[in-house]
Amino acid sequence: MRIPILKLHNYLLISIQTEIDDQTAIQFQEDLLDKIHKSGSSGVVIDLTSVEIIDSFIAKVLGDVVSMSDLMGAKVVLTGIQPAVAMTLIDLGIHLQNVPTALDLEQGLVKLHQELGV
Amino acid sequence: MEPQSCVNINKEWDIVGARQLGREMAKKLGFGTVDQARIATAVSELARNIYLYADKGQICFEVIDKRERQGLCMTAVDTGPGISDISKVMEDGYTTSGGLGAGLPGVKRLMDEFDIVSEIEKGTRIKTVKWIR
Repeated sequence: MRIPILKLHNYLLISIQTEIDDQTAIQFQEDLLDKIHKSGSSGVVIDLTSVEIIDSFIAKVLGDVVSMSDLMGAKVVLTGIQPAVAMTLIDLGIHLQNVPTALDLEQGLVKLHQELGV
Repeated sequence: MEPQSCVNINKEWDIVGARQLGREMAKKLGFGTVDQARIATAVSELARNIYLYADKGQICFEVIDKRERQGLCMTAVDTGPGISDISKVMEDGYTTSGGLGAGLPGVKRLMDEFDIVSEIEKGTRIKTVKWIR
């Protein structure tokens, strides 16, 4: 199973719609970095509106992919984290500090525009 | 609903299966969405611990239906190496796998009751309960 990555102008858009297992998460990490490299995209939005569970592993993969993309020169914004997911992550002790987030896809794109100054 | 059901944890995909079953049971029992997420996440952490450290194990779900309150009991049992220092694994941030170390202290915060018994070279048994509010 692979998570589709869409290109829109200078950005990459990802909407995670399926239950993510560890393998899919790792594969996604590789696919995204590869796509950033090939497309030269400067911004990425990962929309998590449909994601019902983020456990410590998935959180680590997401946090890592943000740092990895940052190293390559692309900004990533996570959007649409559900209230139940946010509460669960804090209970778990995962704060995802330094990870840019926004309420939804629209706000995420606004945030990218601001951060990239375009 | 079956009063008790168990899932074996042998491979990585079983983690997903276990958390789906946990969420399903929580939903049927009448837990709210936030508690459903808490339960499913706790299952995921427990199942991953089994997969990472013990190779094989089982998670059993049991409905608790007492006159005064209802809840869901989850027991994770493995026959792995056991944990030598339980107080250490219950510290926030402790990890031997390079993960986030959210594991067991996180599970304890997600659930209402948490009990762990471990014996070296015999295995570990973690029993947790979430009550319906």
